[in-house]
Amino acid sequence: MADKIKAKAGKKANKARFFGLSKLWPFLTVYKKMFLSMIVCVILVGIFNTIMPLFQRYAFDHFIAEETLGGIVPFVLLYVLCLLLTMVLDFIASYNCCKLEMYVLRDMRRAAFNHLQTLSVSYFNTNSVGKIHARVMSDTSNISSIISWDVYQGGWNLTYILSAVVIMLVLNPLLALCVIVIIPLVAVVSCYFQRKLTVLNRRVREINSEITGGFNEGITGVETAKTLAVEDKLDRSFFDSTDRMRRQATRLGHHRSLFYTIIAFASSVALALVLWYGGVLTMDAVIELGTLTVFMTYAQGIMSPVQWSVDAIADMITVKVNAERLSTLLETKSDVSDTPEVVEKYGDTFHPKRENWEPLYGDVEFRDVTFKYPDGEEYVLEHFNLKVPQGTNVAIVGETGAGKSTLVNLVCRFFEPTEGRVLIDGRDARERSVQWLHSHIGYVLQTPHLFSGTVRENLLYGKEDATQEELDAAVKSVNADRIIARLENGYDSRVGEGGNTLSTGEKQLLSFARAILADPAIFVLDEATSSIDTLTERLIQDAIEKLMKGRTSFIIAHRLSTIRSADIILVVENGKIVERGKHDELLHARGRYYNLYIKQFREEKVKSI
Amino acid sequence: MKKANTGQKFTGAGMLGYFLRGSRALFLISILSGLVVTFLNVVIPQIISFTVDSVIGDEPSGGIFAFFADLFGGTEHLKSAVWMIALVIVGIAVVMAVFQYCVTYFNTRANQTLMRGMRNKLFAHIQRLPLGWHVTHQTGDIIQRCTTDADVISNFIANQLVPLFRLIIMVVLSLTLMFVMNVWLALIAAAFIPVLIGYSLVFYTKARKSFKKCDEEEGVLSTYAQENLTGVRVVRAFGRERYERDKFEKQNVYYTGLWVRIEKFLALYWTSNDFVAALQCMLLIVVGTVFCLQGSISPGDLVAFISYNTMLMGPVRQLGRIISNMSRAGVSIARIGEIMNADEEEYGVAGTLSGDIEFKNVSFWYEEDKPVLRGVSFKIPEGSTLGVIGGTGSGKSSLMYLLDRLYPVSGGEITIGGVNINDIPPATLRANIGFVLQEGYLYSGTIAENIAMAGENTDDGAIVHAAEAACVDENIRSFASGYQTVVGERGVTLSGGQKQRVSIARTLVRKTPVLIFDDSLSAVDSDTDAAIRARLAREFGNATVILISHRITTVMHADNIVVMENGEVAEQGTSAELIEKGGIYRRIYDMQMSLPDDLKEEVGYGG
Repeated sequence: MADKIKAKAGKKANKARFFGLSKLWPFLTVYKKMFLSMIVCVILVGIFNTIMPLFQRYAFDHFIAEETLGGIVPFVLLYVLCLLLTMVLDFIASYNCCKLEMYVLRDMRRAAFNHLQTLSVSYFNTNSVGKIHARVMSDTSNISSIISWDVYQGGWNLTYILSAVVIMLVLNPLLALCVIVIIPLVAVVSCYFQRKLTVLNRRVREINSEITGGFNEGITGVETAKTLAVEDKLDRSFFDSTDRMRRQATRLGHHRSLFYTIIAFASSVALALVLWYGGVLTMDAVIELGTLTVFMTYAQGIMSPVQWSVDAIADMITVKVNAERLSTLLETKSDVSDTPEVVEKYGDTFHPKRENWEPLYGDVEFRDVTFKYPDGEEYVLEHFNLKVPQGTNVAIVGETGAGKSTLVNLVCRFFEPTEGRVLIDGRDARERSVQWLHSHIGYVLQTPHLFSGTVRENLLYGKEDATQEELDAAVKSVNADRIIARLENGYDSRVGEGGNTLSTGEKQLLSFARAILADPAIFVLDEATSSIDTLTERLIQDAIEKLMKGRTSFIIAHRLSTIRSADIILVVENGKIVERGKHDELLHARGRYYNLYIKQFREEKVKSI
Repeated sequence: MKKANTGQKFTGAGMLGYFLRGSRALFLISILSGLVVTFLNVVIPQIISFTVDSVIGDEPSGGIFAFFADLFGGTEHLKSAVWMIALVIVGIAVVMAVFQYCVTYFNTRANQTLMRGMRNKLFAHIQRLPLGWHVTHQTGDIIQRCTTDADVISNFIANQLVPLFRLIIMVVLSLTLMFVMNVWLALIAAAFIPVLIGYSLVFYTKARKSFKKCDEEEGVLSTYAQENLTGVRVVRAFGRERYERDKFEKQNVYYTGLWVRIEKFLALYWTSNDFVAALQCMLLIVVGTVFCLQGSISPGDLVAFISYNTMLMGPVRQLGRIISNMSRAGVSIARIGEIMNADEEEYGVAGTLSGDIEFKNVSFWYEEDKPVLRGVSFKIPEGSTLGVIGGTGSGKSSLMYLLDRLYPVSGGEITIGGVNINDIPPATLRANIGFVLQEGYLYSGTIAENIAMAGENTDDGAIVHAAEAACVDENIRSFASGYQTVVGERGVTLSGGQKQRVSIARTLVRKTPVLIFDDSLSAVDSDTDAAIRARLAREFGNATVILISHRITTVMHADNIVVMENGEVAEQGTSAELIEKGGIYRRIYDMQMSLPDDLKEEVGYGG
């Protein structure tokens, strides 16, 4: 039984794999013309390249053998014409090939990126940024380069082989056999080495990234290395990596040399065979000298195309892996999505129908909510009820890693409740679009995230069409005006990747300004735990109070002042809400909150010196 | 490394020579094999030419061929046994195959030996550069130099410089033979050489800038994707998916257009280059035919001439690219040279260390007008415990960096057992001082490996013992793989407090007579902090201990406490004395030991 299921699953997987490849067609069909003209041109180029030696043959067999220059002018003209045609066709082929590569790459990256914008946060929780990034950037680049350049390569080489074989067969079938018998041998050898080299290459790449990692460790950990006096030990372990690298890469080199040598040798054998048998034929006047030179040219020229064809075909096989990964991404469905009816009325991610949007006041209610993370096993909320009237401040407290973000994730619709409902202004959140909800939420992360670009661009993230006055007001209200004043180009200063030219405190203040600009009905804040100098700390405190005023807010709180002033405090332990109430009540209860509060108080004092 | 502090700096070529030690002979084998292959390559057309003219045709053979022909029983005999010539070609092909293999194999082997040496030398050198150097250099940049620039150099040597010998010999040899066969025909062939080299040189030099620009723009695109992914919550929460889409789209389209434009020129270059080369070949065939009819060249020689021309054109078409790439290698050599020319620390030989530690009027600055420490003096008797407390930026950590000679003292002196530490080799200092950094680096590997790494032949018992002393044993055992848990990028992420305690265990394993804890209990809660200190007092009672902290409970039991403020010693004494005194220490003490007001009411503490 179990085996049957496995077999079935296997079949399904096979089918999926097949579809993975066919998923590429939509990207290609758009450029059907480009693709076809590339193939046609590359085939023609291949044919022209193959017939070039025939000119040499004609020169020998006609002019030299017959000792006449008659017809040399049309000969030269035709020759030049062929060269020109080859050039033009090759240009069209390679230019189209490159366009095909870049356009397909662009389209795939666009599709992947845009699709990612519609996925819920849970997808990003379960897949690492590095992996997703590789899907968007590297997999696409591999696929597009293979379906363009490898097709070009394969097309040219196969054409060259085919037309050379045809020409040889026409000129002299028996002599042709001398060359043709070698081709399958070379093909088999190529397949063998191709497989071997792929494996070795992968291993070398792995060790290479190990070495880069080693450098990274050596440099980032240099202080540690010095204080522990372990430089020699680190040397030894690094030297071990480089030594393995040398061994593996040399092995790779050995196989590669052997491979190329065998191909070159095969060419020489073909040449020798042609010279022997062809020489006899020429002496017997069965063929002419020119024909012999043509055969010698093909004998030497045909083996590399065989090898390259195998290369191209092998590449095309490997593209399957990339295609599968990409199509898996494109097929992933968001687990937070709007129903067709909601989309009909409120619009989708990229086409919101703002005219149909109701205002949001900020009444939030959890009604009988049961929740489990998609990748989790345990229910973190069970039949949870909480009413948060408009303007209420909710503080969520607990140890690091206790699972304080769950409520926030539900309010923001980063996740949907497993059972039960979250009501916004009395209606199920799912009755309105995600976009509608999000455009009414102001969100500030614990580690403030700014985008590379200018300060202005980052602030406008909160409100696209904010005026200069609005910007000034928002910045001033959170005390961020001094940051702008300090920066050389004011609002138009670049903040660097991730905003790294600014200090954490400054980033924090700017992200508050960004949230203020959004003028949200609901404010969500994950307070920073990192220590910031006292002055900035006070400014941030001040900004938070301003933001909370009159708004429904959910704050994952670390500051005592924020906690104390909250209307509702929720204490979280091991993902579950264990205590709830106001500060005085909870303190009086002498439960977990009491201990947590004292601890927090001490930490804050220690940090403040 | 041997090169340390000789004051001698590498020139670009000198450094290459230094890196090439150990791989020169291998490269030489590759080059020599290459020469053999080249000569044999040239021989084959000669045989074919001879066969065409004298065996198949009826021209008398001359010179060396007549000799060889006689060896095989004379030209007449060969006519009936062409297979013998074929056999000779196969024979030559076998020899060529062997040498061809040697060319590639030894080149790879030499290159890999070179790379290993270069990487090892860089790594060891960087490890031993003073901390001051590291602080002023970006990690990403150094790694870039050690990886990308090192690759460029090895690529330059193995794929450009070494083949260059062969290419040049090939060009010279085939040109010579061509001139011997027919001067005019050879002149026609040679006329194209400067054109083709010049053309590719100009093209590649120009194209490189465009390629660089493309790389940069793809970098921008990649950053956009990266930031969109890391900031996904912000994007979602502000509902800015559309904006992100447009931003990405704009760059995506721009980058694509840039490439398409460059590739257009690239395609134009390649095809026109092919065309010029083919044109040259055509000219040779046509003119050669005419010459042949005039009798100034034999048909066989013409066939050979065309073969040589093919051999000539291959290298000529590569030369432009190689030459234009050389400038790139120059840049990389200079970038690595900058690292190699920085002076290493002088470690000396590790010895024993004992005695009181004394700071006498110590000052320290990175830049002279911004002193970090000013006139700091205090004494730590051997075996006693010193507490240092102070705010962020008060200079308390700098004190310890000076003591471990991670930075040089700018003014005053530090003595241990009466000897100025400038006269004690860093190796001795660091072998005797166990310095636990605030954020110690955990190396990729298991927890056990991390703890054991600094000790001499640390066994499992010692590892567990150290972990117990650092109060992290229980945590480690709670992991599925216990002490064999892999940490670092590919393994489990430890919490800040766990990392700190593993760092402590790693230092305790060394059993050094001096222990420094530089705020290394900051992420640990107060109870664990106290437990660790109790263990220390029990097991390392004889050690001189320096505790640096923000936390008053960490330092309050020390024999002497130094309070730092703005790079100066504000006050020092025992906890009791300092409380009595009513200064900064007293203020910190009151603040940290008090209860919140509302809590005081709650517990009836009164006030």
